[in-house]
Amino acid sequence: MRVTVHVTRRPEIADPQGKAVSRALADLQYDKVRQVRIDRTIHLDIDNDDPEEVEYQVDSMCNAVLVNPVLEDYHVEIHK
Amino acid sequence: MTAAVAVFPGTNCEHDVVYALDRVGIESELVWHRETDLSRFDSVLLPGGFAHGDYLRVGAVARFSPVMNEVKRMAQEGLPVVGICNGFQILCEAGLLPGALIANRDLAFICREVEVEVTDTETVLTRNAELGQRLRIPLNSFDGNWVDPSGTGRVVMQYVDDPNGSQGRAAAVANEAGNVVGIMPHPERAIEELLGSADGAVLLSAMTG
Repeated sequence: MRVTVHVTRRPEIADPQGKAVSRALADLQYDKVRQVRIDRTIHLDIDNDDPEEVEYQVDSMCNAVLVNPVLEDYHVEIHK
Repeated sequence: MTAAVAVFPGTNCEHDVVYALDRVGIESELVWHRETDLSRFDSVLLPGGFAHGDYLRVGAVARFSPVMNEVKRMAQEGLPVVGICNGFQILCEAGLLPGALIANRDLAFICREVEVEVTDTETVLTRNAELGQRLRIPLNSFDGNWVDPSGTGRVVMQYVDDPNGSQGRAAAVANEAGNVVGIMPHPERAIEELLGSADGAVLLSAMTG
């Protein structure tokens, strides 16, 4: 079963990378861009076809290592 | 007193740390990250570098190295646990220090001497310093920008200027008990006048109590 984990930096945490890209876009005259945030997407392929079990496992992986709750939020997408 | 200096794959400051500790009269020994027994040591230091390639997030993978169970035990027992640069990042990821470290505000790798001020002397790294004492120590990091949304972190040293955007201008942070300290600049690189500054000695010498 394929799973995508979207890891997003929490809105109150600065994103220096997004800020740098936003400055570059402004230099290129894309002057309508209000904000840029750069996030991380993790793709997993798990040898298990039970969506409930997979969701539970991935949630546990997120809490253990994939996500740092001080900085990040996450959303799990299970591809059926 | 013998200090353990933990070496992860990608650590690169361990020999400087051993040399610096020796200069301040502390015996130390390198220990590989797979070590599971540090009972023969009474303090542990996590040096700088790029442990496990800093993949995923800085310090994120290192925190699962077997030696970290012993680092946690020593932290709980009140023994000195000090992380320098990448070691600081690992201690945050391991939950032994509050907050986390993100990229410097200006996305630049900063490699220069900075001035820091001691703001708390009740820790295993700052107890030999005087309150308000200013030290010149080299900073050498990309992810040196400490953030602590909880606002509860204890800042024990502050940058005099603001090189990287670190919250509260934090250069060093301690746990509540003061026995776990993370510092972003490298005191081991300011250990004798030949290196431009010997100010790091007042910090490292404190690990012996």
